[in-house]
Amino acid sequence: MRGDAKKGDWVQISQVVLEQGQRAPNLPEDTAKTPLTLLVKGFLMDDANLGDTVTITTVVGRTVTGKLVTVDPSYDHSFGAPPKGFMSISSKLREILQDVR
Amino acid sequence: MSADLSYTSVMSRSGQILKKAVGINYDDFRISSLAFDYEKMMGEVGYTIGEIQRIQLETGVGQTPLLELRNITKLARKLAPKGKGARIFVKDEAVNPSGSFKDRRAALSVYVAKRKGYPGVIAATSGNYGAAVASQAAMRGLKCIVVQEVFDSRGIGQPEIIEKSRKCEAYGAEVIQLSVGPELFYVFLCLLEETGFLSASLYTPFAIAGIETLGFEVGTQVMNQEGVPPSAVVIAHAGGGNVTGTTRGLLKAGCPDSKIIAASVDLTGLHMASDHDFNRKSFTTAHTGFAVPFSTWPDRSDVPLNAARSLRYMDRFVTVKQGTVFYMTEMLAQLEGLERGPAGNTSLAAAFVIAQEMDRDEILVVQETEYTGAGKHPWAQLNFAAENGIDIRYGDPKEEVAGKSIIIPEHPRQIQVSEIPLENLQRSYLRSAVAKLPGKTVTEADLDYLVYETKSSRRFVGKILVESGISIGSK
Repeated sequence: MRGDAKKGDWVQISQVVLEQGQRAPNLPEDTAKTPLTLLVKGFLMDDANLGDTVTITTVVGRTVTGKLVTVDPSYDHSFGAPPKGFMSISSKLREILQDVR
Repeated sequence: MSADLSYTSVMSRSGQILKKAVGINYDDFRISSLAFDYEKMMGEVGYTIGEIQRIQLETGVGQTPLLELRNITKLARKLAPKGKGARIFVKDEAVNPSGSFKDRRAALSVYVAKRKGYPGVIAATSGNYGAAVASQAAMRGLKCIVVQEVFDSRGIGQPEIIEKSRKCEAYGAEVIQLSVGPELFYVFLCLLEETGFLSASLYTPFAIAGIETLGFEVGTQVMNQEGVPPSAVVIAHAGGGNVTGTTRGLLKAGCPDSKIIAASVDLTGLHMASDHDFNRKSFTTAHTGFAVPFSTWPDRSDVPLNAARSLRYMDRFVTVKQGTVFYMTEMLAQLEGLERGPAGNTSLAAAFVIAQEMDRDEILVVQETEYTGAGKHPWAQLNFAAENGIDIRYGDPKEEVAGKSIIIPEHPRQIQVSEIPLENLQRSYLRSAVAKLPGKTVTEADLDYLVYETKSSRRFVGKILVESGISIGSK
């Protein structure tokens, strides 16, 4: 027992909802080759390690079972660097506007 | 209690699951296998527009400012022929509680869920609507689940959708994040059955009636401030609810002559259910991947009969390119001091071009903005596109190919719209209708219905039906 996660920890689990053979008909070929998977977050019901099959209680009180993938899942999206050329858009626009009364 | 949860079994129960979860018996409105009484269905809402405004104000929704975009108007006039260049106004819907007009769409459903004693609400959406339902549910003390299509088979999700997941969670919703595929609907049905929550679908009469207040406010604000109705209103177009609700509201405000212009981002060539294409688009809403199929057959949604029926209301449908919308987003921030989310600026990009066709004394309204932030921002989205192999450059937007390139204009004169002829959509709609017919005959009532559905004429519909081998009989 590595003790990756303790009962009550905020975690994310994954689940395969539909295996590739069980998916809807008429899917594009690339999608049909993959399983439909699900991620959901909640409070862990028992101590566990990453990769274990665990049960969580979600914020609305549902219990869901799946594979433990993350403890304290974060949001990593940001703004990032300015795309090349983007910073000069405004000066060009102002230049065009300048000779408008 | 131990219902069969296999895909086919759940899908075959969808009618009964939805009947309970939407709280509407759609069979009450059917006239024939083809036609239904649309206005009777909208009457199911049971509230006047004044009552809806009052319900929305209880949770701080609506009564948003109408702002004149003086610098963007000036710029458009500089590029326009002499005497042309309508005044451009924008309805700043980003100031709604969760940051978009979708609060209007969510408000009534959540109100009704509370009144009817549902323990919670569920919405299937990867758009701003999820945050709107979550926010409204928090205010009314209901539980909320949002089901989103978030990531591809590599586990990678667009920053815009990740931000939308975050926002739903910020309001206390459980967010179900799924990989690519239309079986999101299957998961949605399983959750409705398990929880007994109300389906706060985007496409119920409640959702559409909630948007009517937006059109109503646009009409009354322009008339009060300027003494005339708007000459035209540009509306971002995806599933059709925005076009439908806004236009119905404008009509209720007494603006029958305002031209209704739908605008979508051009994503031609990308398959909406493709795992590979999923992260090669920078817009998850207001794009042709929804707008075209939903215009030409609305009843493909998560309700038996869709209250969003855009072909009934559109006067014109234009598309703009992804790079153009990012450029307009920067223009709005820099020239007007309004930093707003990209997708909401789809209609602004179209308006910039259309204003140049109109006379200077005319008023053109862009009817929404949306919030912006990490992920949901041109920098984040362009960086993500580049990481997914999209060629990002500056030049003529006409050369942009969705899924391969994003071309940002070098000069505002390069901003263009492309027309989607309504007749093409009307024909496509009618072909879909014909394909659903059990026989080779339609009734007079069916014919009238098809005329309303396509906002066309008996002559036009009759011609297409005859071409398709359908005759008009009395039964």
